[in-house]
Amino acid sequence: MEEIWNGILRAVELIVTLNPEVMEITARSLFISFTAVFLAAIIDIPLGGLIELRKFRGKRALVDLIQTLYGLPTVTVGLLVFLLLSRSGPFGSLELLYTPTGMVIGQMILISPILIGLTISALRGVSPHIRDTAISLGADESQVIRTIIKEARFAVIAAVLIGFGRALSEVGVAMMIGGNIRDYTRVLTTSIALQTSMGNLETSMALGIILIGISMILNLSLSRFQGR
Amino acid sequence: MLSKGLLMQRNLRISMFLIALITVSAALSAADEGRLKIATTSSLYDTGLLESIVDQFIEKNDATVQIPSHGGTGIAIAAGQKGDVDLLIVHDKAREVNFIEEGDGLERRCFAYNYFYIVGPDDDPAGVSGLNASQAFKSIMESGLSNPNQVKFITRGDLSGTHSKEQSLWKAAGYDYSAVNTSGPWYVDAGSPMGATLIMANEKSAYTLTDMSTFMAYKGNLTLVPLIEGGDELLNVYSAIAINPEKHPGVNCQLANQFIDYLVSPECQEIIGTYGQEQYGKPLFFKGEGNCEVMGCSAEECVVPTQAGCAQA
Repeated sequence: MEEIWNGILRAVELIVTLNPEVMEITARSLFISFTAVFLAAIIDIPLGGLIELRKFRGKRALVDLIQTLYGLPTVTVGLLVFLLLSRSGPFGSLELLYTPTGMVIGQMILISPILIGLTISALRGVSPHIRDTAISLGADESQVIRTIIKEARFAVIAAVLIGFGRALSEVGVAMMIGGNIRDYTRVLTTSIALQTSMGNLETSMALGIILIGISMILNLSLSRFQGR
Repeated sequence: MLSKGLLMQRNLRISMFLIALITVSAALSAADEGRLKIATTSSLYDTGLLESIVDQFIEKNDATVQIPSHGGTGIAIAAGQKGDVDLLIVHDKAREVNFIEEGDGLERRCFAYNYFYIVGPDDDPAGVSGLNASQAFKSIMESGLSNPNQVKFITRGDLSGTHSKEQSLWKAAGYDYSAVNTSGPWYVDAGSPMGATLIMANEKSAYTLTDMSTFMAYKGNLTLVPLIEGGDELLNVYSAIAINPEKHPGVNCQLANQFIDYLVSPECQEIIGTYGQEQYGKPLFFKGEGNCEVMGCSAEECVVPTQAGCAQA
């Protein structure tokens, strides 16, 4: 119990004193995961719309597969991307292993099933009348997708935030692809793992509390936004 | 709204569930009596040595032995300080001595040793081959500072036993560690376990300090070569410490002492001295027996049975 209480106090101390290392690690965490979610959303939301709108063979199997991959183990994604980016792998010459860019790629892969799948679910909730009306007014496919995404925007934004939460809190990709290099690829989750292995349990707890705090702020702003 | 009868039925179900839960957990904790929990360093665990010793011990004694903590000396000592384990098997003399002085541990027993290696790329851009360890560190730092793209050093950076050894080597080379730590991009702080650090050094063609046994176990997947393999400076001594039951009531001190007595027995020493011979062509560890002077351990703490009793306050 002592560590939990001290961890809370330490978290407050680290935040109030604007501890430079913690601030830097937090900013890096946010930057990497935000970039990953932003890029993934640009690809995955329209892709989800396309899958939902079009009728094709194996659509159901595809959606089932995407939903299965929600729980994709982060270490498996880490391993996959590691093998691709390693010096002896197919993309080794790009030198992306142990870089923030590599981490962004890994996190994009990790959260894409969630973004695509939840977008599909969100769009299913949109009344078919809206789609039909848009088509009858002469909208092409991309215009229809844009219309229904707009209609389901709250659910789509919620999907993006869930993806962001998963990217921010995952440790498998960050550890294997980033390598937890200080001043370069060290993020909140890998710091927590490191501080724990050092036996600095209070600092570890404090970093965890900061991570939870960020998630809380995100969720609160979402519900504010939806409440409007 | 639930009717009174339904409500009672539901309460009954909940209480039955709770009773079942309590019974199961009581049964599980009853098994604790004969259970030994060991916290250890990654090298002894990852190479499989400790598990094969444990298997032999279990066969001879009716006991359950678990190794819940095997991430490194740092977290192992933290687990010991909280009384979450019964026995420490680690490799960092200064912190071990401190651990005992603070009353957390009973007594130290040296039982095995080997050497750290300085490993690096085959072409050895810092030219350390043939130097001693501290000279090599000096050379790596100087080449790294002037040419950080060619010469890099990866540190564990995790307060493990290996990281402690690395810090003492920087000191021996005449540097202040905090200055080394912040001196530039040639010094890469990986904050990772030994295996992950070796893989990173391999990917980046960098130098690093590794214990011999982990390097041997990973060697097949690495292009790194050992450049400096011996010398007193690179000595790596493993020792065992039972947790003090006076400070941490409830630890299984009897079984911990029994395990240490097994570690120092001729039979177990033989296992240690030959472990890995078949798989790697040479043993990964040297037995402590007869090597007290090499290990720098006093006669009282070197490969002798435990003395301290398990009296509780």
